[in-house]
Amino acid sequence: MGIVLAILRGLWLTISHVFKRPVTVFYPERKRDVNPRFRGLLALSLDEEGFEKCVGCGLCARICPSCAIVVDAAETSEDEPYSRAERYAKNYVIDIGRCIFCGYCVDACPTEALSMTPRYEMADYERENFLFTKSRLLANGKRMTKQEEMLA
Amino acid sequence: MLEFVLIAVVKSIVVLLGLLLMVAYLTLLERRLVAHIQVRVGPTRVGPWGLLQPIADGIKLFLKEDTIPSQADRLLFFLAPGVSLAAAFATFAVIPFGNEIQLLGHRIPLQIADVNIGLLYVFAISSLGVYGLILGAWASNSKYPILGGLRSAAQMLSYELCLVFSVIGVLMISRSVSLADVVAGQSRLWFVVLQPVGFLVFLIASFAEVNRLPFDLPEAENELVGGFHTEYGSMKFAMFFLGEYGNMITASAIITTLYLGGWHGPFLPPVVWFLIKVIAFLSFFIWVRGTLPRFRYDQLMKFGWKVLLPVSLANIIVTGLVLAFVD
Repeated sequence: MGIVLAILRGLWLTISHVFKRPVTVFYPERKRDVNPRFRGLLALSLDEEGFEKCVGCGLCARICPSCAIVVDAAETSEDEPYSRAERYAKNYVIDIGRCIFCGYCVDACPTEALSMTPRYEMADYERENFLFTKSRLLANGKRMTKQEEMLA
Repeated sequence: MLEFVLIAVVKSIVVLLGLLLMVAYLTLLERRLVAHIQVRVGPTRVGPWGLLQPIADGIKLFLKEDTIPSQADRLLFFLAPGVSLAAAFATFAVIPFGNEIQLLGHRIPLQIADVNIGLLYVFAISSLGVYGLILGAWASNSKYPILGGLRSAAQMLSYELCLVFSVIGVLMISRSVSLADVVAGQSRLWFVVLQPVGFLVFLIASFAEVNRLPFDLPEAENELVGGFHTEYGSMKFAMFFLGEYGNMITASAIITTLYLGGWHGPFLPPVVWFLIKVIAFLSFFIWVRGTLPRFRYDQLMKFGWKVLLPVSLANIIVTGLVLAFVD
């Protein structure tokens, strides 16, 4: 008898779920808000006067567990004042296909040039597009600040 | 004569197409209903409310690669899905799904064939379905299918017995094995009222008969990797699938015919009543699937032989006694 009662209770429970609102989010049309500290696509940023914050120290490349970051530093000059320091990142590439989004690079960065954005849609058909160069990372940084404003 | 054949052929084709359509949309119903039970929505992308999903699935299965295991018995491997499918649909030949209708001056009974041993035919053919499973499992020459096949044989054997015994009560009341007579006998009172125990036993045994949860041991995705159809793919898998869902529809139709008054019902046309009852039972099958976990194999056997069989036998005796005293 106990079993029959249990089965009936189970049937009642499942049928009551049918009339609940489904929790499904219709993804491409609707997107869930991510956590404010979400670790998404990496970005480089500029300071208030338009200089690159990155000074090409390479600490991010050194700490990266999956060796996804390559930094080639060069000296700044009067003609090429990319950053405020003596050096800047001539080449800065993050292979997002290797990145594990641990955020160590962001912690390691002494000038707070690197940060993580809430962007998570990075799928692509071409392998080359997973290589995020300095210009693309800077563009991400600009986009990030806009998103951050919206969040704030 | 020609006319008779023609009418039978047209009816068969209409019923077969209707059944195939129902099977296709039964998969959608199942996915949507189980999804809602789990507070999801199920397939909604293909067509409005996902209505084209079964067609998309069909096309996908057609285009899949058809592989045959190298050690398989090729002839049986090809035949098994056909046996399964044919048995599932052939059962429908004797099920009355509506009253007589007048069409172009002919009186056409809405039943493909009113066989006077209708019920025996139903059980004979539906038992053949298990051959499809066992042959497919044997022909695959692989361990999981053979385990599934063995289970299905044992399960069918034990539950077929309860199925037939529980129906005997109905036969004693209707005094006929023809399904048309059984339905005619229910014009005033449905047999579910007179035979509540028989109805319950038949319902439970039907779950085992059509291999649905909580008795889907021959398939058991998560322990036997699909059981008898592990090695099947493409259209051959689809045929097993059609057979299984066809069996579900047939089982619902038989329950409706035997216990719920067949096509009898007020206001609406008989065919509509029949469809409503069948779809209600199909939904019940799905609802139970979304609720109960799978039985263990020994529990299944114990339940079949130690509970269902004695209950169905007692049902026969009690029905006989009551009938004897009423007469």
